[in-house]
Amino acid sequence: MKKVLLLLLLASSVAMAQDYFPNNDDITARGDVVVAITNATIVTQPGTVITNGTIILKDGKIQNIGSGVSIPSGAVVQDAGGNYIYPSFVEPYGDFGMKKPKTVSRGNTPQYDEGRKGYYWNDHIRAEQDAMDFYSYDEKKAQSMLEAGYGTVQTHMHDGIARGTGMLVALNNNGNDGDRILKTESGQFFSLSRSRQTAQSYPTSLMGTLALLRQAHFDADWYANGNATTTDLSLEAMIANKNLVQIIDAGDKKNVLRVDKLGDRVGKQFVIVGGHDAYEMIADVKNTNASLIVPVNFPAAYDVTNPYQEWYVNLSTMRDWKNAPGNPYVLSQQGINYAITSKGLKKPSELLSNLKQAIDYGLTADQALAAITTKPAQILGVSNMVGTLEKGKVASFIMTSGPLFEDDTKIYENWVQGSKHVIKDRNRTDIDGTYTTSIAGDAYEMKISGDAKKISIKQDTIKLGGKLNYDGNWVTITASNKDPEVKDFIRMTSRINSDSGNLNGTAYLPNGNEVSFVAIKGAPSEKEKASKENKTTKKMIPLTFPNVGYGMTSKPQEETILYRNATVWTNEKDGILENTDVLVNNGKISKIGKNLSAGGARVIDATGKHLTSGIVDEHSHIAIDNGVNEAGHNSTAEVTIEDVVDPEDVNIYRDLAGGVTTAQLLHGSANPIGGRSAIIKMKWGYSADEMIYDNSPKFIKFALGENVKQSRYQNGVRFPQTRMGVEQVFEDYFTRAREYEKSIGSSDHRYDEEMEVILEILKGERYVSCHSYVQTEINMLMKVAEKYGFRINTFTHILEGYKMADKMREHGVGGSTFSDWWAYKYEVNDAIPHNAAIMHSQGVVTAINSDDAEMSRRLNQEAAKAVKYGGVSEEEAWKMVTLNPAKLLHIDDRTGSIKKGKDADLVLWSDNPLSVSATAELTMIDGIVFFDKERDLRFRESIKKERQQLINEMIAAKNKGLKTQSPKQSTKTLYECNSLEW
Amino acid sequence: MKNLIYICCVLLGWNAIAQQTPAPAQTNAYTIMNATAHLGNGKVIENSVIIIENGKISAIADATVVRMSPIGEVINASGKHVYPGIIGCNTTLGLVEIDAVKASDDDREIGTFNPHIRSLIAYNAESRVVETMRPNGVLITQVVPRGGRISGKSSVVHMDAWNWEDASIKTDDGIHFNWPRTFSRSGSWYNPGPMEPSKNYQKQVDELKQFMTSARSYKGNGKKDLKFEAMQKIFSKDAIAYIHVNGEKSIRDVLAFIKEQDIKAVLVGANGAQNVTKELVAMNIPVLAGRVHDLPAREDSDYDMPYKFPKLLHDAGVLVALENSGDMERHQARNFPFYAGTVRGYGMNSEDALQLVTLNAAKILGIDNNYGSLEQGKSATLFISNGDALDMRGNDITRAFIDGRDISLNTRQIDLYNRYMDKYKAQKE
Repeated sequence: MKKVLLLLLLASSVAMAQDYFPNNDDITARGDVVVAITNATIVTQPGTVITNGTIILKDGKIQNIGSGVSIPSGAVVQDAGGNYIYPSFVEPYGDFGMKKPKTVSRGNTPQYDEGRKGYYWNDHIRAEQDAMDFYSYDEKKAQSMLEAGYGTVQTHMHDGIARGTGMLVALNNNGNDGDRILKTESGQFFSLSRSRQTAQSYPTSLMGTLALLRQAHFDADWYANGNATTTDLSLEAMIANKNLVQIIDAGDKKNVLRVDKLGDRVGKQFVIVGGHDAYEMIADVKNTNASLIVPVNFPAAYDVTNPYQEWYVNLSTMRDWKNAPGNPYVLSQQGINYAITSKGLKKPSELLSNLKQAIDYGLTADQALAAITTKPAQILGVSNMVGTLEKGKVASFIMTSGPLFEDDTKIYENWVQGSKHVIKDRNRTDIDGTYTTSIAGDAYEMKISGDAKKISIKQDTIKLGGKLNYDGNWVTITASNKDPEVKDFIRMTSRINSDSGNLNGTAYLPNGNEVSFVAIKGAPSEKEKASKENKTTKKMIPLTFPNVGYGMTSKPQEETILYRNATVWTNEKDGILENTDVLVNNGKISKIGKNLSAGGARVIDATGKHLTSGIVDEHSHIAIDNGVNEAGHNSTAEVTIEDVVDPEDVNIYRDLAGGVTTAQLLHGSANPIGGRSAIIKMKWGYSADEMIYDNSPKFIKFALGENVKQSRYQNGVRFPQTRMGVEQVFEDYFTRAREYEKSIGSSDHRYDEEMEVILEILKGERYVSCHSYVQTEINMLMKVAEKYGFRINTFTHILEGYKMADKMREHGVGGSTFSDWWAYKYEVNDAIPHNAAIMHSQGVVTAINSDDAEMSRRLNQEAAKAVKYGGVSEEEAWKMVTLNPAKLLHIDDRTGSIKKGKDADLVLWSDNPLSVSATAELTMIDGIVFFDKERDLRFRESIKKERQQLINEMIAAKNKGLKTQSPKQSTKTLYECNSLEW
Repeated sequence: MKNLIYICCVLLGWNAIAQQTPAPAQTNAYTIMNATAHLGNGKVIENSVIIIENGKISAIADATVVRMSPIGEVINASGKHVYPGIIGCNTTLGLVEIDAVKASDDDREIGTFNPHIRSLIAYNAESRVVETMRPNGVLITQVVPRGGRISGKSSVVHMDAWNWEDASIKTDDGIHFNWPRTFSRSGSWYNPGPMEPSKNYQKQVDELKQFMTSARSYKGNGKKDLKFEAMQKIFSKDAIAYIHVNGEKSIRDVLAFIKEQDIKAVLVGANGAQNVTKELVAMNIPVLAGRVHDLPAREDSDYDMPYKFPKLLHDAGVLVALENSGDMERHQARNFPFYAGTVRGYGMNSEDALQLVTLNAAKILGIDNNYGSLEQGKSATLFISNGDALDMRGNDITRAFIDGRDISLNTRQIDLYNRYMDKYKAQKE
């Protein structure tokens, strides 16, 4: 109560004058209150310290600051007693005071179209949201932020993919909104998360989210030119706010790179809200040149004391625990401009303790301070108001007992807009410590800790029950009898005398007698001192490439290698060459022949082994982040898997171990016109962009049949629901694309990414790989394509291709099929394992693909099934997983055979590669060895060792009393064509 | 392959719509001459003579040592290989025709404790998926119901019958338990979270034990209880308890459960069992090793763990056969020989690998007195292959016999193949 009174008193004394407001409560002619805080160590900004400084506050602003500043007459002087003063922290990415959005549940029947009119066509674009409309000052939350050291927060509605504008609020619990709102429209916000206020399906995937953001920006430009005939309040807001700071919540490191690329496409440099994992891709993150806002929600140690549970925790997860607190240090080292947010912390007060963890990893105190003061102010463009303590700026600062990031330092006061908020009474004496006393002939030892909250009392060596109360200046201590059976107590009272540090007072004995006592405070023990001084900088675990189990210690480099004496499957007219050497140089196959001279090459003895070109998987869904299907529309040509390639998926490594060097990562089959593909080389340890082929042939996924007509839905509502409708979807989009083409160049042309892509198809610039099963639909699509003047490149799955082989050859389409899958749904009832053999026999370029992370890594076996089912020769069967898919992907000039000048994408097999018992021993791409069976064995050992080291560290952390979390296994979602979940 | 087509066309003629007709009981004897016989028990006879009479192998010998005069039809299999019929354990063949067509799915009953449920009566001997087993040499499978804590009873069937009754080799051979999971997926179906320790594990184990206790107390003298009654063969050890379990901790819990319940048990799936082999050997508990063609169970696992898993158990002395449950399990059952072939690629010798899908499987299913190996007196359930049957390229089967019956190797798939090849041939003429 006293505290509240004190606060009220101060509040009334510093409330800012509002002269033009009538006042019916009291007289208005009152003087200005000026406060002078003297005798402080003032850190005005990181690196700048004023000793014995003074701050003069007036009207919520800093009127003057410095040492030797003259104090205006009439000022209320407060002696800081040598305590430290820092700028209050600035939270750059809060949701302070925002109303919870009303969550609309996604029912059983999907909602495909928008639910609101007068806004954008997609409800997740909510740029018209103004933080003010959702704002109501939350004093309780403000209090918790004040206690953490925050004085200012930028807040906005955390809902939607476009989220509207934010506002800057001073956390002044003593003021009113008239004082506190420092700025409205303080930035325009975006995210990669769907709005909870709508059930609209689109986007169902990360790539759809990115496409939606791109299109919304294109549409805004178009709308700004006055081309729309209807009103769109969302776009209007986006246009109106485009000159504000543009902030996007990306989340993890990979998304940081993705949204930056998006920004480049739409002509924006976003401020990117990232994760604690930016250090893992630091070079790429730095290359974005973006300012970052990063959290310090470092993961707690996993409780790995139970080995059976520990088993489930991936090494990469363990490493993240160890390395995450080093993230701010790495960002600073790299000179990246970043601020720190309390986002993701359970409570704001964890901010300082987590920053201290970051400091343990080498972050300097100044860097840490900057990240919560000057950096957020600068990034938000509000340095003129907050972030430093300078004349004319908002008087928001904290007073601390010592240097901010030292262990024992406490925040005493948080002044916001010149108004004091007491966090901890600085005049109250700290009584923590160990005391010894003697009362009635018995010796007692009392240890007070936890800011006078805990006490343990010993009489000689016997532990007693003890209670402590510290209120105002009085301490009362109750100690039980050393015999627990005896229910009597000694009570001690002492009025604190801050000078001596001892407790002097009266002890009330069980017999009713009163005796005086002196409890003498001891010096901190040597052990306590040592633990404080013995801090060494913690080291992060060196990154691997990628930074997961089986990552390489350094990014693997190209080598000059001579394969000596192999059986070489050339896939060329030379056929299979016995006892042949292959020289790899500069990433290319440079020589094929007998007894080649090694020169400086590393020689690999391939005697008895088989050397082939790498396997090409025409149909794969590995290495994709957050959704393989954008299922929100029946056409999603605007999305591309290239946006969401995940270079850290261990299935890449497993594919390498199965001899796969190239794969087409396809969109799923949820809609007739799906998304664009990514064609990648399995360059494990390289970035997503480096994996994607240079000048990659352009591909898109189409799909027909059961998946696109939603056969597994009880009541589908999305057109089409029949194969008849599927044809018309194509007719519709192709017709529209032709009309779109005509509008290009006109003044009201609306750039439509989806139409641009479909137009590429019609022009033959983009190839179609079409998911298909039964003969009707196969025939249909060929006819539709012919009508529009292009040809389908590949039918994938194509399990009834054998019924259409003659027409396929005529059309000029290839077939990429499963070796022997069938019976899993109605449309594969007539599937036969001889399909590949029949298509091949009729001159259709035929490949065998996986559509499955497991099958992908043994496609050599699947190729061998073409020998069994239909009697294809071994050489031709082998081409079905190498040269033929390379042809279908239009990369056969680079890979798919062993020919001088082609990319050195090679696999050394233990045996004939079609043998069920063959295993890949060495897999190289572009002359770089990415898989080596010997090296794999070493990885296993190092993984075991590193896991054990981290397990020990986690157990040690647990024993130290640090928080732990229950073990978790994060698993990559395995996608197939019809996977709908993210 | 050409032989196969020849047989299809000449011996059986076109039969595009009807199912393949099961072969009649054996009347004439057969003598297979000069084949390399892979006995399924680890041994090979390079130049063998095998005589089949009355559904049995009446003689098998090394032709270079023993001279026997052939009887009945003489099949010259010089350069070819003879194998015992491949046995696929823990399948759902015949219970589901097309996965995505619910009307054709009969593999999963509702309810938690379903020991009374019997797979055999739903086994469709005429399934088009079943007939595709034969051309790959898979002649015997165990048909197992799915779902629940106790799924129900399996039976062992052969792949050439008019109906389930005729197909049965061993009826109600065991009851299938699905051991609770220690880790379960958090989050929702559309936004799945990580796998976390299951909070219900102990509770679910206790429920199972409670069910066992109640079932054991049941004497049948009061009101009938079909579930408890169904359990009695487990307690009398006349039926095998197949316990489907993964993860080392669960496996150790299962071992304690087996001891406590005093039951005859087989582990199914059992990833993690490579760390418990000592106990498995000591307790004499066999394993149906989970899918060979699978991904490792965690990111850090050896990439080849599923491939070498059966070998790790075998090397430690555990009796191990293969199973194939999971996605797309039915049509993939024809790949059982290739699973064994894959294991061979990871270091197991060829004849041991063959045992994983022949004699070991027969031993585990309790049919080894009559099936699983080429031995005198055993059922003549075997096939002749042009090459190595564990390799796709060699698995080219020219003749197959079940209980001495000379079975059809044709399928609707082969018919479709021929039909369209003929179409294209005609176009060229």
